[in-house]
Amino acid sequence: MTAQAKEGRPEGAVSTPPSPAPPAIKLVGISKAFGPVQANKDISISVQPGTIHGIIGENGAGKSTLMSILYGFYKADKGDIYISGQKTEIPDSQAAIAAGIGMVFQHFKLVENFSVLENVILGAEDGALLRPSLAKARKSLTELSAEYGLDVDPDAIIEDIGVGMQQRVEILKALYRQAEILILDEPTGVLTPAEADQLFRILDRLRDEGKTIILITHKLREIMEITNTVSVMRRGEMTATVKTSETDPAHLAEMMVGRKVLLRVDKEPAKLGDEVLAVENLQVTDEKGVLRLKGVSLNVRAGEVLGIAGVAGNGQSELLAVLGGMMPGSGTIRVNGQEIDLTGKDSNGQTRRARGIAHVPEDRQTAGLIMEFSAWENIIFGYHTDEQYQSGVLMDNSGIIKLAGEQMDRFDVRPPNPRLSAKNFSGGNQQKIVLAREIERNPDLLLIGQPTRGVDIGAIEFIHKQIIALRDSGKAILLVSVELEEIMSLSDRIAVMFDGHIMGERLPSETDEKELGLLMAGVNEETA
Amino acid sequence: MDKMPAWADAVLVPLISLILAGVLSALVILAIGESPVEAVNYMVKGAFGSTNGWGYTLYYATNFMFTGLAVAVAFHARMFNIGGEGQAMLGGLGVALVCLYIPWPHWSLALIGSITGAAIFGALWAAIPAYLQARRGSHIVITTIMFNFIAFSVLNYVLVNVLKPAGAMDPATAKFPEATHLPTLHDMLAPLGIAFSKSSPANVTLFVALAACVGVYYLIWRTKLGYEIRAYGFSESGAVYAGISPFKIIMVVMLLSGALAGGMAVNNVMGEAERLVMNSVEGAGFIGIAVALMGRSHPFGVFLAAILFGFLYQGGAEMAFWTKIPRELVVVIQALVILFTGALDNMVRMPLEKMFLAMRKKGDA
Repeated sequence: MTAQAKEGRPEGAVSTPPSPAPPAIKLVGISKAFGPVQANKDISISVQPGTIHGIIGENGAGKSTLMSILYGFYKADKGDIYISGQKTEIPDSQAAIAAGIGMVFQHFKLVENFSVLENVILGAEDGALLRPSLAKARKSLTELSAEYGLDVDPDAIIEDIGVGMQQRVEILKALYRQAEILILDEPTGVLTPAEADQLFRILDRLRDEGKTIILITHKLREIMEITNTVSVMRRGEMTATVKTSETDPAHLAEMMVGRKVLLRVDKEPAKLGDEVLAVENLQVTDEKGVLRLKGVSLNVRAGEVLGIAGVAGNGQSELLAVLGGMMPGSGTIRVNGQEIDLTGKDSNGQTRRARGIAHVPEDRQTAGLIMEFSAWENIIFGYHTDEQYQSGVLMDNSGIIKLAGEQMDRFDVRPPNPRLSAKNFSGGNQQKIVLAREIERNPDLLLIGQPTRGVDIGAIEFIHKQIIALRDSGKAILLVSVELEEIMSLSDRIAVMFDGHIMGERLPSETDEKELGLLMAGVNEETA
Repeated sequence: MDKMPAWADAVLVPLISLILAGVLSALVILAIGESPVEAVNYMVKGAFGSTNGWGYTLYYATNFMFTGLAVAVAFHARMFNIGGEGQAMLGGLGVALVCLYIPWPHWSLALIGSITGAAIFGALWAAIPAYLQARRGSHIVITTIMFNFIAFSVLNYVLVNVLKPAGAMDPATAKFPEATHLPTLHDMLAPLGIAFSKSSPANVTLFVALAACVGVYYLIWRTKLGYEIRAYGFSESGAVYAGISPFKIIMVVMLLSGALAGGMAVNNVMGEAERLVMNSVEGAGFIGIAVALMGRSHPFGVFLAAILFGFLYQGGAEMAFWTKIPRELVVVIQALVILFTGALDNMVRMPLEKMFLAMRKKGDA
């Protein structure tokens, strides 16, 4: 276990034992500051050709900044970049491509209504006329596709193909531009477990063909599964670079957070109470007229966590939205035995809250919080019309500020300053503000979507504990998450959603990731 | 971490913009062979050198406070109401009807009546674009600007065909009755022993405008409604999550905005002209946009910006009167101020932010 991070200052003096080829990428002393925030601090790293190198770190640790510097989106304040031993300036992404670097972003940059072929040549056309470029591209695309087992139809339209396939198009785009080094940013976030496995097979093959791959992720499992070496980043610094075979998840997590982390959630068996939420044949049509929920039925009892697993975009968001009063629907929803309105003006977030439903939305930045509002304004968001926050015709601002301070203390929000704008808190602390607000109301039912998305490991532990504590106090919890591990460890029952349906329900003790993965992909072996 | 201290954002940026606009204006004046120093001299003297000048400056500023607040309130919900002109025209119609057709015993009651009339008419004129935006998604910028033209035509029709006294030649109403005449600053300050110019149009409406500034402050930052308006303005999906109805917010905020714009008519129609004429608004609705921009949509900022534009209006008129600088150049100067404080805001802001960052870094090191 060598901490290579600290080397590299007397440049080249300490290098890895005799390796024939120079490192594919070598960064020396990279620093980058955004205003007062030091996003990258004196980072040195060297990646051997033909390997998969993982970069792991919490949100805000500086992984993305580092990769953006490598891809020419940002310019480093200090430090040098060497590509295959050559010192290289990368002022923009064109230069990065010319240097043989390809990037697959977390959010794909594809034109939805273009074909695969058109997307691949976009920006790399040879001349003013498209035909020759297309013909040439088709040939090399077929070759590339075969060489790396990508299996992509060049004439398919992007919007018609699945997410996993779209990702392969992104990889193809990079390969078509003769990338020798591929950077993948959180590539499995949108994939089913099966699709992720497929991706890993492709990456394996690329590595065998001599490509160098940098995999940015926060999932320890992926690092362990596929990388050769792994670098850990924390607070803008590269804290360690180790051989994957010489480490384990617990140790990596500790290096990421800087202290020991409980990866498993400890919980007692559920003490089930009465049925709190009953949903029958729920249908939801979105603004574009697409049927997103196609008759969903489920129930949640007091004292249990029902986890909804599924790949993003299979109706989970709509389920939360309609339960939280953000969207109209049809069918019946009963809370504590009483039916609630699903349409009309009495169907909104306020009336839902009055019925004892608290909602931690999937996206805290656009829904759960008003980023420009200060923490104290956010701590009553959605409950701001409650009598207790008014003093005459005005709002009781000083009272709310005091209350916010107390709640922020209880939920360990750092810094505990209620006057700070929400946007100035880290992801984890923003989520704690939302949780404090919703859990402190002591709701009968908590809807919670992606509770730990973009949240650092340390805060994940805290958030999971809060959810379990609420369950143990006899409340019903409906949990939606795309993180299968999270669903498995928190839920007392798991329902899997696919294409607007509940594909099936399982007990966590009687299922595994493989079975859930199949359900998430729409395959139900029991009925098939 | 904020990039700049709040005072720099609120004071320094507009100030530098103003100075830049001033420098450029000076160059323009130099270019036509006149002396900028002399011009500034006349402007300042004309606007602030006498109680008469003050009276006009404050009169214009009163108009701009109303229209500026109108734009500012709507902007907190990210509604860009550029229909202040039309709403103020209709507000004038409301004032005229109230003053002409209700026999008021005393000006104070008439004032309350006119404020109500102006607010209702202005609000109703804003209500139609608001409804179209809230229900049909028709863009508020397009509809409000169209409604300015419609307002002009409506007013023209009503004045010519309905309200014009028989035999009169110009499209205007009859003079309002004596009991509706508002006390001017001269009338109000005389008992205190202050001799304020008798001929200047500044009147009691100034205090209504100041009260409106204070009221808007409380509304936006201290009430439930203001909280909802700001929340909606920052994030519509956030508002929906919290159970705030976008329809309600758009309607309420536009009605308020229209009412404020309409309120201007109390000053110019009732307080100054004492009858309703065509084109009584004289572009104050549009100046309101610049005032709100420069005032950062904050009532105190709107107050200061309104005074500034009052100064530009009055001082500009005086400058044109006493120098060979043509009146059109005054408009150029006003335009430069709007350009620098509104449109080119970032030109000043960005280097300033960088400067503050550099200073902070030095401080840290």
